[in-house]
Parts: sequence; C-alpha cells; structure tokens
Amino acid sequence: MFDHFVVPNLLPAAPEIFLALMASAILLIDLFVKDSRRTVTFALSVLALLGCAAIQLWVAVPDVTYTFSHMFVADLMSVLLKLLVYLTVIVVLFYSRAYVIDRGEMNKGEYYVLTLFATLGMMVMISANHFVTVYIGIELLSLSLYAMVAMNRDSLAASEAAIKYFVLGALASGLLLYGMSMIYGATGSLEITAVARQVHGANVNGNLLVFGLIFLVAGLAFKLGVVPFHMWIPDVYHGAPTSVTLLIGSAPKLAAFAVVIRLLVSGLLAAANEWQDMLIIMAVLSMAIGNLAAIAQTNIKRMLAYSAISHMGFMLLGIVTGVVAVVGADGTVGGDISNALDAYSSAMFYVIAYVLMSLGTFGMILMMARAGFEADTLDDFKGLNQRSPWFAAIMMMLMFSMAGVPFFIGFFAKFAVLMAVIAAGYTWLAIVAVLFSLIGAFYYLRVVKLMYFDAPTDETPIRAGLDMRLLISANGVAVALFGMFPQSIMALCAAALVYSHFPH
Amino acid sequence: MHTLTLSHFLILGAVLFAISVVGIFLNRKNLLVLLMTIELMLLAVNMNFVAFSHYLHDLSGQVFVFFILTVAAAEAAIGLAILIVLFRKLKSIHVDDLDGLKG
Repeated sequence: MFDHFVVPNLLPAAPEIFLALMASAILLIDLFVKDSRRTVTFALSVLALLGCAAIQLWVAVPDVTYTFSHMFVADLMSVLLKLLVYLTVIVVLFYSRAYVIDRGEMNKGEYYVLTLFATLGMMVMISANHFVTVYIGIELLSLSLYAMVAMNRDSLAASEAAIKYFVLGALASGLLLYGMSMIYGATGSLEITAVARQVHGANVNGNLLVFGLIFLVAGLAFKLGVVPFHMWIPDVYHGAPTSVTLLIGSAPKLAAFAVVIRLLVSGLLAAANEWQDMLIIMAVLSMAIGNLAAIAQTNIKRMLAYSAISHMGFMLLGIVTGVVAVVGADGTVGGDISNALDAYSSAMFYVIAYVLMSLGTFGMILMMARAGFEADTLDDFKGLNQRSPWFAAIMMMLMFSMAGVPFFIGFFAKFAVLMAVIAAGYTWLAIVAVLFSLIGAFYYLRVVKLMYFDAPTDETPIRAGLDMRLLISANGVAVALFGMFPQSIMALCAAALVYSHFPH
Repeated sequence: MHTLTLSHFLILGAVLFAISVVGIFLNRKNLLVLLMTIELMLLAVNMNFVAFSHYLHDLSGQVFVFFILTVAAAEAAIGLAILIVLFRKLKSIHVDDLDGLKG
C-alpha cells in the first residue's frame, strides 16, 4: 500500500525544516547550559534564525511552487514576509535580552525555544495553502505564546493574562475550525486553491458557504484582534511580560496578514461580496473603539494595545478595497487588476510599517525597564528628554510615525491605504479613517508632551547595552528614513504580490 | 423509516457548538468548566468534519479530525498548566476573580 507514496519536494520548505531541527537541538543543548551561561542559548537561537534567512534566500524562486500535495506554497509574498519575520524575531530577541536576564524566572532555555517554535508557526501560517496547514500554523504560534505569557510565574497579572489569552484564543480557533468545516462541506475540499476553483465555478451550496464564511471571518478577526473580537488584546498586552508583549505585538501581525490574504483573497475571492461588508464594519469599529479607548489609558502597554486594534482596523481597509476594485457591479470577479494590486500592497506596506513602529515603541519600554521596575505607565515617560535627549527624540519619531505625521513611515502607510480606499470609490470610508486617525493623534502626541514638557519623576540614568542602544537607534532612524524613501518597500510589496497572486 | 441524514449530524454539531459557546460566555464560576467547553467545541467541529467527510466520500476531512484531536490534547495540557500557575498566585479558580486587568 506504500507504493503510492511519493517523497515530496522538501526544498521549498527547507527553512521550516531547518528551524524545527534547530529548535529541537537547542532544547537539548540547553539542558547542558548553566543558568549563568544562558547567552549560549540566546546566540544559538539568533544563529538559527540567521540560518533560516540564508536558506530562505538560497531556495527562493520567483515562481509559485507547491509541495506536500499542495498543502504548502512558496511564493514571493511568503519569501518576503518570512524574511521580515526572521528579522523581527531577531530584533525581538536582542531587545528582550536584558529584560529577561533581569527576571531570572524567565531566563530559561524554554523561553528561547518557545520563541523559535512560535516563529515556526508563523512561517507555516505564511506558507499555508490548506486548511490543515493554516490550523497547525496558528496553533503552533498560539500555544507557544500562551506558555510564554505565563512564563513569569511570580506575576499574578501575567497568569491572568495567560488564562484569558488561552480561553479566548481557543474560542477563536474553534470558530475558525467551525467555519472551515462548513466551507469544506460546501466545496468538498480543504485545499485553498481547490476551494477557490469550486467557489469561482459557483458549483457550491451558497448558504453553507456563507454560514462557514461568517465563522471563518470571526475566527480571523479574533486572531487579528479587531473589534468586536478584540477583548483579549488589552488584557494580554498589559498583563504579559513586556518582552512577550513585544513578540505578540510584532511578527505575528505579518503572519496574520498572510493568512487573511490566503484565506479570503486566494481562497474566497469569488465570495468577496459576502465578506467585504463584514470587514468594513469591523474596520470602522476597530478604528473608533481602538482610538477612543486608548485616550483613557494610563498604562502605556494598554494604550499601545488599543492603538494596535485601531492599526489593524486601518490595515483591513486596504484588504477590503482591493476586493471592491476587482468585483464588478454584477458580482462577477474581474475588473481593474492594478487597483487590487495597489490595495493589497498598501495593506502589506501598512503591516510592515506597523511592525517596525511597534518594535521600536515596545523596545523603548524594555530599554527603560530594569530589575523590579517595568516602566509601563505613561508617567514613567515624563521628562525623558532631560534624562536622555537622543532616546526621547527616537520615541518622538516613533510616536509621530504611529500618529501618521507626514514624512514618517506611518504617514505613507496610511496615505497608501487611503489612496486605495478612494480609488475604490469609498470616499466616506476614507473620511472616517482620517477623522479617527486625528483623534488617535491626541494620545500619541500626549506621550511626546510628557517627554518634553514635564519634569521627570525618576532621575535614574538609562542603562542599556550597546547592542540595545544601536538597534533601537537604527529602528528609530529606519522609521524616519523609510518615511522619506517609502518607494523601496512599496515596490517590494507590489512585486511580491504580483508574482504571487497576479502571475503574468 | 427514519434514517440519519447529513442534517442530523450538522444539527448535532451545531447544538454542541452552541452549548460550548454559551458555556464560555455564561459560565461565571469555574475555570475548569471553561476548559471543558473548549474541548466540547472542538468535538463539535470534529462531528461536522466526519459527517461531511462521509457524505462527500472524501477522506481528508477525517484526517483533519486527527490533527484537531492531537492539537486539542496539547491545548488541554497548556491550559491546565496555566491554570495551575494561576491557582498558585490567586488561590481561586473562580472566573469572577479574574478582574485584575481592566480598562
């Protein structure tokens, strides 16, 4: 019975295989590493990620390649997003290092191995072309993150955040799976490209498909953290150790974006009329509730959590408007492909810009934290300019960029999405988005005001290693530099999407 | 004669799913009950997959069920571990006592 078994082409999945082997090896090696020599585990983890990047560049081909019976896809979008994931996780590891060492409970080998397994989960999500692969990727990421949130066992807030994250995350997986089961029933396939063919051929049970689609969108919204499925975001960002918040708030957004594109655009584009209205409502609500609730916060991690909700809502606008541009008035799929491309690449640019800014802001909180002091309230940022003018300037650039002040990367991200929204004919949506961004500017600028015009409550000089200082400076400069030259990243996003979704 | 059709299985799946969602949102007492409802939710999904798989004459749905069962086991392990960490600090597993984080 095994004569039908054909060894799949392992090459497109080489980075994933390498990382899985390295993570398992590091778990074993760490057994022989003393607590005081944990830097060895840290260095090995960074090396593993660098190795992944090298292998990724080595095996990358511009064509769309399927392997493992079409369960796994390698295309330019996946290559670009995965390279960014490696880079983000490496930066996360460097930013977290001092914070984790100061909290001895967390400085275990498991911390690094779980980070690597979470990265593996994101990679699988990005390359998923089958409902099973999507599910396995999401769970590998989520289960690693649940454990990491609970890692600081001395903190009641962290345990509470972990159990809330776990319960709501499991609920989201349940919703997602229920939706997948209904779509499977309607189309008879679990493979995303086959589902797309079935739905496009209109050879499906429409009611069953729409029923499944609602649950699928709800599950995805939970994972992205958009209203009305956002309840876990503030609690988890607030309660989790800041180094874990940094991880949750950065790289997984790239993977979540890829999953949304794969499921909704690659898979269910022909049913776009059904999901596009849901996404518009969620996007508007996210921008409203995210920006308004952030104003009332005194904890900066909680404020950034609400800001994350509003940013994800903004990003959804890009995905929504791409569909409007493609679906004709009679409901058929077609139309101007350049608009769709602009919209998706604007959403992708938005996610990349957001990850860059979120890395910097959470990195800044980590840099100001020390043993026994979290630096996670707004008051802790008072008078930062007097303590360190350079880092105050970097934080100011990050806040300006988040607010969308011109000539920072955040401005061009918002600008590109708004252009796509207007090109699709949704002027009212663009006006709503601008209005809520203006409201949002208030709480970002409040941080700047606290840093420059208030007296410091804490005169302790900021101590950080050279690697931390250099990286966070580079991060701040990147936000400004890519704001002046956004075309490079924009062109990369557009090229990645052209080769992945609109092959010539 | 009454025969079992696809709808019967789907209704059973939907009822199980509804019980679990209601269990998560209405349960104010015990965190362990939350973990049980999560398991029930995954079993409801499994029921759907097996039913569809049988009626579509396609095996991949049943293969998916194996993956879901395996992940559910891992999920239960992590959930119980987090619950123990929480209980050590909080000395309670009442849902209402989880009110440290809000705003």
